[in-house]
Amino acid sequence: MKSRKKIDIKTKNLSVIKFAGDSGDGIQLIGSQFANATAISGNDLSTLPDYPAEIRAPSGSLGGVSGFQIAFGDDSVTTPGNKPDVLVVMNPAALAVNLKNLDKGSIIIVNSDAFTEDAIKKAGYEKNPIEDGALSNYRVLAVPANSMVEITLKDSKLTKSQILKTKNFFMLGVMYWMYDLPIENTVKWIENKFKKTPELIEANKKVLYAGYNYAENTEVFDAKFKIEKGKLSSGKYKNITGNEAAAYALIAASKKLGRKLFYGSYPITPASEILQTLSKYRAKDIVVFQAEDEIAAICSAIGASFAGCMSATGTSGPGFSLKSEALGLAVITELPLVIVDVQRGGPSTGLPTKTEQSDLFQSLFGRHGDCPLAVLAARSPADCFDTVYEASRIAVKYMTPVVVLTSSYLANGSEPFKIPKQSELRNFEMTKLPEPDKFQPYIRDAQTLSRPWAYAGLKGYEHRIGGLEKSGETGNISYDPDNHQRMTELRRNKILNIANEIPPTFVNGNKSGDLLILTWGSTYGAVNSAVEIVRKNGIAISSAHLKYLNPLPTDLGEILKRFKKVLIAEENDGQFSFIIKSRYLIETISLNKVKGQPLNSDEIVQFINDNAR
Amino acid sequence: MANKLIAKDFSSNLPVKWCPGCGNFGILTIIQRTMANLNLPHEKYAVISGIGCSSRFPYYVNTYGFHSIHGRAPAIATGIKLSNPELLVWVITGDGDGLSIGGNHMIHAIRRNIGLKIVLFNNRIYALTKGQTSPTTLFGSKTKTAPIGSIDYPFNPANFAVSLGCGFVARGFDNDLNFSSEIMLESARHDGTSFVEIMQKCVVFTDKEFDQYKNSETKEDFTVKIENGKPMIFGKNKNKAVVIKDLKTEIIEFDPAKAPSDLTIYDSSNLNMAFLVSSLVSPLPYGIFYKAEKKSYEDLYYEQAGDNNKFENIEDIFQNLELYEIK
Repeated sequence: MKSRKKIDIKTKNLSVIKFAGDSGDGIQLIGSQFANATAISGNDLSTLPDYPAEIRAPSGSLGGVSGFQIAFGDDSVTTPGNKPDVLVVMNPAALAVNLKNLDKGSIIIVNSDAFTEDAIKKAGYEKNPIEDGALSNYRVLAVPANSMVEITLKDSKLTKSQILKTKNFFMLGVMYWMYDLPIENTVKWIENKFKKTPELIEANKKVLYAGYNYAENTEVFDAKFKIEKGKLSSGKYKNITGNEAAAYALIAASKKLGRKLFYGSYPITPASEILQTLSKYRAKDIVVFQAEDEIAAICSAIGASFAGCMSATGTSGPGFSLKSEALGLAVITELPLVIVDVQRGGPSTGLPTKTEQSDLFQSLFGRHGDCPLAVLAARSPADCFDTVYEASRIAVKYMTPVVVLTSSYLANGSEPFKIPKQSELRNFEMTKLPEPDKFQPYIRDAQTLSRPWAYAGLKGYEHRIGGLEKSGETGNISYDPDNHQRMTELRRNKILNIANEIPPTFVNGNKSGDLLILTWGSTYGAVNSAVEIVRKNGIAISSAHLKYLNPLPTDLGEILKRFKKVLIAEENDGQFSFIIKSRYLIETISLNKVKGQPLNSDEIVQFINDNAR
Repeated sequence: MANKLIAKDFSSNLPVKWCPGCGNFGILTIIQRTMANLNLPHEKYAVISGIGCSSRFPYYVNTYGFHSIHGRAPAIATGIKLSNPELLVWVITGDGDGLSIGGNHMIHAIRRNIGLKIVLFNNRIYALTKGQTSPTTLFGSKTKTAPIGSIDYPFNPANFAVSLGCGFVARGFDNDLNFSSEIMLESARHDGTSFVEIMQKCVVFTDKEFDQYKNSETKEDFTVKIENGKPMIFGKNKNKAVVIKDLKTEIIEFDPAKAPSDLTIYDSSNLNMAFLVSSLVSPLPYGIFYKAEKKSYEDLYYEQAGDNNKFENIEDIFQNLELYEIK
């Protein structure tokens, strides 16, 4: 018997791992399994799935590489990290795509069996990079995963292609060993997933353990990493994606409000998971409707809102465009409605699976007429819950559509989410419904300017609403010129009133000084990391992050005045800069990234060093 | 509610802004009368419309009403009906609103068999925008956008609905208050989507076109009344009939004293017959073309939903998920 090998255990505070392979290799699956294992171990984490638009892009091609990056650590983790410490690649194309984003000395774990002559050529290499010294700056651990699963399953009745398909679990087993993570959760997942085909349960479990044991017993694996439990507050958690969080927030809002939920939506990447998640919860009081198109999706939700439901729709950029006519109707009729826009690269079909923040203008201005509505943006996957919940609350209180901007990055990325308690969630408020004899559909609360929500079916409150301009209280059609002026101003002021309840803007760092970095939405994590790094380098920098984009917080103008320079970092061609410049008449410095990938902290640090000091 | 409701009880008392002589007045009466006959309380009705002359309708009925945007009424109404199936939801639309800009919503509402009572006012013209070709404008008709004559092949709305397998399809005339009210009442009582096309003259643009169907001199020869279990006899002298031979419709003439014994008897449960007969243009058939029992979308939805996932509170939502605890 072989003597036990010596294993070096290194404790780390943070680790970044990237899994990459062909889009059919099951990368997203092992990535999310690994993420769940780190979560269960008590780490904070952040993930970034990155996959091609095609379901099965040409096999072995550079364009077909699917990736899943995760950062996990013993302290707060707000981004999926910049460069991986460990890169796991299932084929040469995945290596070619990811190598440029790797620091020297990083670990690369390769499925060496996938480095066939043909696959190497497809990836653009002339010779096998594992063997020709191209990777000499890295620590390469070659794992013959195909052969290993074939040996492991040599007695199995599965076909050869079924056997080879399990290789992702082999690699996952290797990684569980390397990071000393619990394997049981994935075993449970396999048992549940394949419960109708026991052979597959058997095979995948065997392969998972085989990978683990392979790493345990092979000399080349001589180091393990240990990341201590994080500092998350005690409670029940789920590792949640932004789309799941948005879906749960809508259910939570309807429960707290005590009304049915209606979600009308049409499939669109990357928002479909909201519709799919809610579809699992279809019930008498959770009505989920897959509409025939984007227009019908929002219109059905407007109808349900008229009928008294907590109503919402979800989409991405092109679908949002199709909804804009109906948004005008929701604004003029003053019906509550939540629209979740999971932003992706545009215009048109653009980069459908990649992230961007380029629907800001569309959400603020993309409608006919003077058509104000509230716009909020989420800053992290778990924050999609809070933001969608808050949007629901504002929609009902102010009887208005509210747009929530998330992004592909937040929608597919995940992080630990602490399960909320109903009692902790903020209460819904509504304009009081008067007695039927005193009722008019558009009488208003003097303070909020909002109207009561008398919904179809309520006895004694029968009334008619519509898209024609109406007189302010009776709701009767009015073409009176002065009335239209008054109503336009009223709709504007009603939205501006929301600013009265926006909490004071938090300025991280000095409250005045040379440089403020102002951001919104999904750049939050990267900017926070960058600010820490820049401060360590001795530069004074403050940061502020906005959730409320319309109306803007009332204190923002004052804050901006206290800084000599304002830097705005965003994943579009300068949309928020445009808003801030025109609204506050100040100059801004813009860091704009439109590569379909989230801004990362290295890029922000670099930009600050080059441009903003 | 001791007294039985009458049509007037459903008037909103707002000034009606259609042109004098417009066929819409008749349809308003037909629907108000139907509402009274159904004898449901006012709050149980929701009348949803799109854009066009017809779509002003909800303002004139004192129930819940929503005058929405062009073509979208079926989609908005779907949200209302699906979220509250207890409401009787009418969709008031026109040939342009329902079959052109809103065509997609129309076909999908019918496909799902959601319980909407769709009433399509067919005046064969865009009247509110003052005289452009509509999807039911007759081939060759001159309009402001077809000054030499329309080269668009028109839709036949009733035939369109039959071809989609709509569970209730009928056609009536705006001036035929009694028969159209009968059709409307049956439509309202039907479970699932019902589609009623009402031929509606536009006094400004298509007045003459409808004369043949309405003048007592000509109407018997230019229309044929369809009734379940009866032959399709028409003509001022009751000397003609629509019959089906070799899967085609034919018009035969006969001596009314010796009507043939083998005339085709109309069967409103026969979709194929409904398709053949509703495709006729002259004589223009009216009545109930098709009627079939088919479970509605809302019934299927709530049956499927059952009592599953009954959450008392927010914590319950998460109870079946893979959670982990941090201590």
